[in-house]
Amino acid sequence: MLKSSQRRIAAGALLAAATMVVTTACGGGSGDGGGKGAGAPGFNAGVNKVANVSDKKGGELKFIGSQDADFWDPQRGYYGFMWDFARYYTRQLVTFKAAPGAASTELVPDLATDTGKVSADGLTYTFTLKDGVTWEDGKPITSKDIKYGIERVWAQDVLSGGPIYLQQVLDPKGEYKGPYKDTTTDKLGLKAIETPDDKTIVFKLPAANGDFLQMLAMPAASPVRQDKDTKAKYTLKPFSSGPYKWQSYTPNKSLKLVRNDKWDAKTDNVRKALPDTISVAFTTNADDMDNRLVEGEYDVDINATGIGSAARQKVLQQHKGNVDNPQTGFIRYAVFPQTVIPNIECRKAIIYAADSKSLQTARGGPQAGGDIASNMLPPAIKGADPKADPYNKLGGAPDLAKAKEALKKCGKPNGFKTTIAVRNNKKIEIATAESLQQSLKAVGIDAQIDQFDGAQTSGIIGSPKVVKDKGYGIIIMGWGADFPTGQGFLQPLVDGRFILQSGNNNFSELNDKAINGLFDKALKETDPDKAGEIYKQINTKVSEAAVYLPFTHEKNIIWRSSRLTNVYTADAYNGRYDYASLGVVK
Amino acid sequence: MTDKLTKTGAAVGEPVDTGKSAPSEAFLDVRDLKIHFPTDDGLVKSVDGLSFQLEKGKTLGIVGESGSGKSVTSLGIMGLHTVGQYGRQKAKISGEIWLNGRELLSADPEEVRKMRGREMAMIFQDPLSAMHPYYSVGNQIVEAYRIHHDVDKKTAKKRAVELLDRVGIPEPAKRFDNYPHEFSGGMRQRAMIAMALVNNPELLIADEPTTALDVTVQAQILDLMRDLQKEFGSAVVIITHDLGVVAELADDILVMYGGRCVERGPAESVFYEPQHPYTWGLLGSMPRIDREQTDRLIPVKGNPPSLINVPSGCAFNPRCPYADVPKGGITRTQRPELALVGERHHSACHMPQEERTRIWTEEIAPKL
Amino acid sequence: MLAYIIRRLFAVVVMLLVVTLVTLSIFFLIPKMTGSDPAAMFVGKQADPASIEAVRQKLGLDEPLLVQFWHFVSGIFVGRDYTGGGDTIHCAAPCFGYSFRSEQDVWSMLIDAFPVTLSMVLGAAVLWLVLGVSTGVVSALKRGTIVDRTAMITALAGVSLPIFFTAMLAMLVFRTQLKWVDATYVPITESFGGWFGGLLLPWVTLAFLYAAMYARLTRATMLEVLGEDYIRTARAKGLPESVVLGKHAMRSTMTPILTIFGMDLGALVGGAILTETAFSLHGLGALAIRGVSERDLPLILAVTLITATCVVVANLIVDLLYAVIDPRVRLA
Repeated sequence: MLKSSQRRIAAGALLAAATMVVTTACGGGSGDGGGKGAGAPGFNAGVNKVANVSDKKGGELKFIGSQDADFWDPQRGYYGFMWDFARYYTRQLVTFKAAPGAASTELVPDLATDTGKVSADGLTYTFTLKDGVTWEDGKPITSKDIKYGIERVWAQDVLSGGPIYLQQVLDPKGEYKGPYKDTTTDKLGLKAIETPDDKTIVFKLPAANGDFLQMLAMPAASPVRQDKDTKAKYTLKPFSSGPYKWQSYTPNKSLKLVRNDKWDAKTDNVRKALPDTISVAFTTNADDMDNRLVEGEYDVDINATGIGSAARQKVLQQHKGNVDNPQTGFIRYAVFPQTVIPNIECRKAIIYAADSKSLQTARGGPQAGGDIASNMLPPAIKGADPKADPYNKLGGAPDLAKAKEALKKCGKPNGFKTTIAVRNNKKIEIATAESLQQSLKAVGIDAQIDQFDGAQTSGIIGSPKVVKDKGYGIIIMGWGADFPTGQGFLQPLVDGRFILQSGNNNFSELNDKAINGLFDKALKETDPDKAGEIYKQINTKVSEAAVYLPFTHEKNIIWRSSRLTNVYTADAYNGRYDYASLGVVK
Repeated sequence: MTDKLTKTGAAVGEPVDTGKSAPSEAFLDVRDLKIHFPTDDGLVKSVDGLSFQLEKGKTLGIVGESGSGKSVTSLGIMGLHTVGQYGRQKAKISGEIWLNGRELLSADPEEVRKMRGREMAMIFQDPLSAMHPYYSVGNQIVEAYRIHHDVDKKTAKKRAVELLDRVGIPEPAKRFDNYPHEFSGGMRQRAMIAMALVNNPELLIADEPTTALDVTVQAQILDLMRDLQKEFGSAVVIITHDLGVVAELADDILVMYGGRCVERGPAESVFYEPQHPYTWGLLGSMPRIDREQTDRLIPVKGNPPSLINVPSGCAFNPRCPYADVPKGGITRTQRPELALVGERHHSACHMPQEERTRIWTEEIAPKL
Repeated sequence: MLAYIIRRLFAVVVMLLVVTLVTLSIFFLIPKMTGSDPAAMFVGKQADPASIEAVRQKLGLDEPLLVQFWHFVSGIFVGRDYTGGGDTIHCAAPCFGYSFRSEQDVWSMLIDAFPVTLSMVLGAAVLWLVLGVSTGVVSALKRGTIVDRTAMITALAGVSLPIFFTAMLAMLVFRTQLKWVDATYVPITESFGGWFGGLLLPWVTLAFLYAAMYARLTRATMLEVLGEDYIRTARAKGLPESVVLGKHAMRSTMTPILTIFGMDLGALVGGAILTETAFSLHGLGALAIRGVSERDLPLILAVTLITATCVVVANLIVDLLYAVIDPRVRLA
């Protein structure tokens, strides 16, 4: 960090150039980002460790964001930050551990006394609720409230938007029609869940799924009390089961939570509940948001989309101590539809010819873009091996000799023509496509770039027919898991049974019996470590198929205000801070 | 030859050349008036040494082509070259303008402002553009009255209606509230005259008062002006390019060419014994109702002189059909001065007077 | 005059109906042309076709265009019910539709956003009118001087700089560096000071752009007016220059300015999108952006209607005003 006098000179010089530069120093004196504070313990102080450890309560934690949640209704929200934030006002049977980095992906009991008793066949999960867990009006949370909450997932025609894993796992045939069309008197007609008493809940799965606990940890598995269910309007004011309750909310404008004094800290090992109030302001100017964070007006970007390019340079130079640079669990990649490029050697030629270093630069460099990726499992997921590098991409340079050799084997020694499909609303992806196009030229592969309407993704690249008709040999995309396991990340991308005619994500249309079989095996495995071993095998086979060219394990540059205490990034929440643990100095 | 100018008791006399600041006994006395406008192309000498006198109750007609400096002169008398010249280069004005014993060019502009409209008023050429389109006619007359008379609106309105009535506008109380565009051209000019006369000015300047009107209306307006002058007893300066108008009204005539006076004198004298080729040209181009219309209407050939590079000799020389007439040793660069050629009749021409009289009586007059 | 107003108002209503129909048509045709589906936009990533169909019914998107049109128009007067999936949402009159994206009726969103936009636009309008016209007048009267040149160069900058840039610059200088204002909107009903402080920067920024345009317009008009014969007449009457300028010249100068002012005001109420975005003001412009980015049909429809209404009503007012100012104009 600069000394104060140097800072003042720097700030003065920048002020002189103020008409030229829109974002500049935040002014002499407050260079540590927000005056009095717990301090800025340094770059990446919140990655894989806890910065500013403290149990001090009180104060207002101030979030700012450029994007409101899709829905705050626990059954409807699908945005990643909403799942993180939802722990303030919802509880689940199990949830992610309050720990930094990869340790956060471990599931621990929340409303339940333990992580459930699983039958030997993996089909029955039984949970017992803790004593003293209550709603914001003091009434106890019962097993029936949990069942009713989960049932709401079935009412997609009223409560659209959320993940439907629970529906797919518990009722794959779609027999239940949801609580609003439920003809039973207690509206608890879903057969797969039993509530023998108020403290016990039993899930009966038609088929085993090793990640069922992961699904129960999602906000979609939160309890909702029937007499408080306002259906579609529930998103405007959810009834709290967590340490904070809704005080006021204006969509896209502001949100304020205050302490739920009925919440008993003794029943909760995960949520620290340090601030007295939690506020969120939504802005429409992302650059201004970055400035306000740096000025110390707000503490965290709730969306954690990363500091924008306008302010990034300044922040990294002058406020590096307030920055964390975690991995998001996303992989940015190119995928090769086999219907368009059926010959594996031609695909290998593309992989060898790609210049990983320049692709990384196009993504924003090592900090804003992320580390070069060499295979399709993010480091935070069990079974991942970031060092596995079958095509020698970690070196960063293209391997033109091998690329030409592959082209010969493919029968096209002078290269071939193809099309790169890229979303027109993602500037960085377009830059990546151009970089790839450039390096492919070196071996004679002539790739035209086709920018398609990013809002129509599921109808264009999500349709195998359109992909084939348009001749998309290369598609630029990115992917993050809904839950941090091999199933959550890889299955929609590479399991042949997940190929859909619309909204498809298995763009390569990989349909390998061995891979599909390994997924079945992994799903039956309830021990996460053993399942991880199987995902490792799957990942190796995916690499061998040469249908993916991973670019980066995405990283993010996020701002940590000096007021924040107990700050750490959680892999379980895509590298966002664990919001439930945050506190502020007053 | 140049006669020594002598003062006479007539309406138009010669400026007194006895020391600059001596107050004049004439009602209006303009002495060696020069109005020059600096422009990017050079100094425009719009008026370059003009002198004349006018008594109350008399009418002076100033005639000349467009650009001869007649309108600039009238605005100069009104003092309108020095107000509202925002951002423009200031006009250079020298000489003296005496009105009723007061010199205007050296007077406090605020004093001159107070005299405008009250002691000297002006009638403009196009009454439609000269009246504000957003205010009613009555309103504009009232405004002209109240700026000089501390009276309430009612009294002022009464006065305005009276004037409208006097200038011949039917149902004046009703027309009072009409806007300029609701008047016909002739009515508008009548209203304009009413506005000019509302303060009983002693000097009335009419700048092309009938040019924008059709012929029958022209005659009515001229009649009206003659009647009004008798009634009000003002001194009138009428500026026009139309000698017919002057013939109707003027006691004296002043012919301007290139910012200078080339001939001036009593109306009959100038009309029937003109002594300047330019005046002949003007008379030749004038349609005459009292004569049989022939195709011999001859306009003055050529273009008006540049006011920036004024020829050093006779300004009319380039267009003069008699430029070749021998002039007895006078060089081309010598400027002809005004010389007495008849009773109170002056003309500025190098040709010998006998020759001019001959040309007029033998060559020009018979064709007219 | 009255007959004229009635006729014009009738035309306004017809025009708004046409705007509604056109907007609806666009959303009716989009799915057919692009193969995308507004209903699918409301449902989650994993939605099955049955859910999409259910949402489509609830939104009324399965109905013929004219039926949708009728539902919309009648909803404004008698309210409307959206039923589907065992849930009924009532949208009370005046119902301008229901945003399924934010689970609110659009009318309440508009009511919420309108004061923000109105505060911003009116405040800025006062500022730019005063600033722009006085600068223009001074510039005209000081034509060719250093004052005139400085003013006109500043005005040129104001006209050509993008509002997003001036907004960020204003925030940098006045909020970050000088800390005079915090540039966060507070309703006037809560605190006048907060409202004023919060809107000061948007006012200044927006006013800078418009004041620049008005200064140039005023200057040009003023110079033209000063050359008019009736100004010379006014002076010849002996009026003091203050009256000549303040009354005769200003009245003519203000006429075209007021016309454009009315139009600008009307257009800005619905369309100050950039300013609202830059200052994070949650007004109608922000709603428009949201509606488009989230494919929120009812929201887009309502904002389009409000904007269209503002523009046509502003036009009507300007026309009426013009007739008052300029006696030569006859309304027929």
